[in-house]
Amino acid sequence: MEKAKKSQIEKYQAGPKKGPASKVQAGQKVSGARALMESIKLHGGEVVFGLPGGVMLPAYDVLYDDGGISHILVGHEQGGCHMADGFARATGKVGVCFATSGPGATNLVTGLCTAHMDSVPVVAVTGQVRTTVLGKDAFQEADITGITMPVTKHNYLVSDPASIPRIIAEAFYIARTGRPGPVLVDIPMDVALAQIEYHPVTEVKMRSYNPEVAPRLDNLDDAARLIAEAKRGVIYVGQGAIISGAWREVRELARKTQFPTTTTLLAKGTMDETDPLSLGMLGMHGTAYANFAIRDCDLLIAVGARFDDRVTGKVDAWAPGAKIIHIDIDPAEIGKIYIPDVALNGDCRQVLQALLPLIAERGPTEWNEQIERWKQEFPLWYPKGEDRVYPQAVCEELWNVTKGEAIVTTGVGQHQMWAAQFYRCKHPRTFITSGGLGTMGFGLPAAIGCAVGVPDRPVWCVDGDGSFIMTSEELMPAVQHRIPVKVAIINNFCLGMVRQWQSLFWDERLSAIDLSYQPDFVKLAEAYGAVGIRVTRPEEIRPAIEKASEINDRPVVVDFHVVRDENVLPMIPAGQTIEQMMVEKPR
Amino acid sequence: MPVTRGGLQQNVGTQHTITVLVENKPGVLTRVAGLFARRGYNIESLAVSITEDPTVSRMTVVASGDAQALDQINKQLAKLIDVIHVADYTDLPMVERELALIKVNADTSVRGEVMQLVDIFRAKIIDISDRTFTIEVTGGVEKINAFEKMLEPYGIREMVRTGRIALVRGARTAAQT
Repeated sequence: MEKAKKSQIEKYQAGPKKGPASKVQAGQKVSGARALMESIKLHGGEVVFGLPGGVMLPAYDVLYDDGGISHILVGHEQGGCHMADGFARATGKVGVCFATSGPGATNLVTGLCTAHMDSVPVVAVTGQVRTTVLGKDAFQEADITGITMPVTKHNYLVSDPASIPRIIAEAFYIARTGRPGPVLVDIPMDVALAQIEYHPVTEVKMRSYNPEVAPRLDNLDDAARLIAEAKRGVIYVGQGAIISGAWREVRELARKTQFPTTTTLLAKGTMDETDPLSLGMLGMHGTAYANFAIRDCDLLIAVGARFDDRVTGKVDAWAPGAKIIHIDIDPAEIGKIYIPDVALNGDCRQVLQALLPLIAERGPTEWNEQIERWKQEFPLWYPKGEDRVYPQAVCEELWNVTKGEAIVTTGVGQHQMWAAQFYRCKHPRTFITSGGLGTMGFGLPAAIGCAVGVPDRPVWCVDGDGSFIMTSEELMPAVQHRIPVKVAIINNFCLGMVRQWQSLFWDERLSAIDLSYQPDFVKLAEAYGAVGIRVTRPEEIRPAIEKASEINDRPVVVDFHVVRDENVLPMIPAGQTIEQMMVEKPR
Repeated sequence: MPVTRGGLQQNVGTQHTITVLVENKPGVLTRVAGLFARRGYNIESLAVSITEDPTVSRMTVVASGDAQALDQINKQLAKLIDVIHVADYTDLPMVERELALIKVNADTSVRGEVMQLVDIFRAKIIDISDRTFTIEVTGGVEKINAFEKMLEPYGIREMVRTGRIALVRGARTAAQT
């Protein structure tokens, strides 16, 4: 085992007295639970985020002294699932979480749905009541495979203990291949206790699931022709580019064509956002220049993106003059929202590698000058020089201090959009956020997962006060395992995005948004054994971020008291067009 | 509905017969039915059975919608892990059959008439009581609809239909379409 991996496991080991990694020989008699743990290790599981309970005890007994795998005891199973999710997004590996039957399992649902919507490889293992009482409303029984069917890529209820090695092999394979997603494996207690002959399964063969097919490239020439003919091309990059590891190819495509390139929220970092060709994020709260470019482009190259409604607004008025080339691994995404002029169905990286040699190098054109003029006229902007803490200033200062090299996670709401706008990512897998489901409370647990997976990068969670309240209990495992995540709470003492919508679209009737009875976050952090810092004045922003950056043995919560009634701009109201975009020019 | 350049595509909804070959495992029917419900597609009929291969089940789904909606549902079905193959039979020459059992009022005064209808439709009387016949009829949807209509005046007490099943004409099989 390489050094870093070993030290990381030692660092985060959960059990009191871990021995060496257990070694089970093929053919050896073991319990279903040991077969489970051996299989998880075999397929790359290094760390489990979980919370035990009655029917999960067979697996937790194996965890007790097996030094080959570590465990982080979470405060709430939802947090465990988000940690596995953050771990997976930051590393590209499969994240693993455990929960017991009944309420433990149902607490995973939000986390699984979050991972499902954002195509994140997570394997969740749940305990289930004994097969003898299954279906009889036993204590802590819940039909978790039934419940999670629509929010997982696939799930299993294991009835044959001998099938555990195969099912775990399939679970990891399904989770990480094709369009990734979460897989849940539900194991009844008697199945986990049964003795089986362990035979490791390293190769998965499923007649009904064959994701590793070569891309369909029969119309590659059509794509190259459209690119050669385009005068105002735009590259629109989604998270598929990150999943397939295609960021080098995306950057090469941008360089060769000189097409301005915009990313979705989840694809931030595919392009270096400090690159002049980068348009930043597009969509509802995207940059004005990205949305202008979409409005006026004559060719749109969609790479691993799915035309989400937060990107397009009114579908039939979006990119009205554009021909579309759609590259995606999922055939169901092609033609779901738009029927493309050229469809390239396959892994983004493989498709781009085939396409790039067919594209001639071009120099900048009038189109690039137009983009530059828009950037000058409509930059992302907020008032400066005032004696108040602007939320945008916090995100910008965070970028300055970390030089854009940190991993940033977020909750959901205004702070998420400001972080997306002002934290200009340089690397893929460094902006981790719940885009599809929009799960408040995702930020802190996801940050913990990122820090476990990538211990050598600083991890900041830019959170809202509302989002932080939802999963702040996860400070406990962060303190226990000395995980130095930093939480920057953009605290406006209200549910800011809801307030913004009520202000703009509901006639200022501010309903159920007040969070002035929130706890004192500095004291809360200290109560957990973390460090708490409060910032109420603009000149304190940078020193607070610097101070937090120096702390490396525990989590830090920085409570930024920000301007309360600031709106996220630009904004294209839901379902509308760029003509309705609200944008402020610098004053 | 997906958009082509230049506005929304208008398509008249037509009936589609989709054959889905799936792993013969518990819960697969729920996965397929759940997908239709979740994505807002209506199932008009659904027939499930074993096949020549005991590890494979066959579902015949009749659903209606425009071409794009059905293309989408076929792709989403194919993504289900337990689905082995999806074949849309709509534009293919096929034989389709449905079976209905109909319990109709038939006291002595009308028995002769009803038996004549049974003959004309090549149906079968499979149970009889002093007041009713139970009739078995197979055929295409339209034939069964017509037969039902002819029996209505006598009073249909109860009816059950299997839903459509279909095979492609000729030597070709579902797995090859």
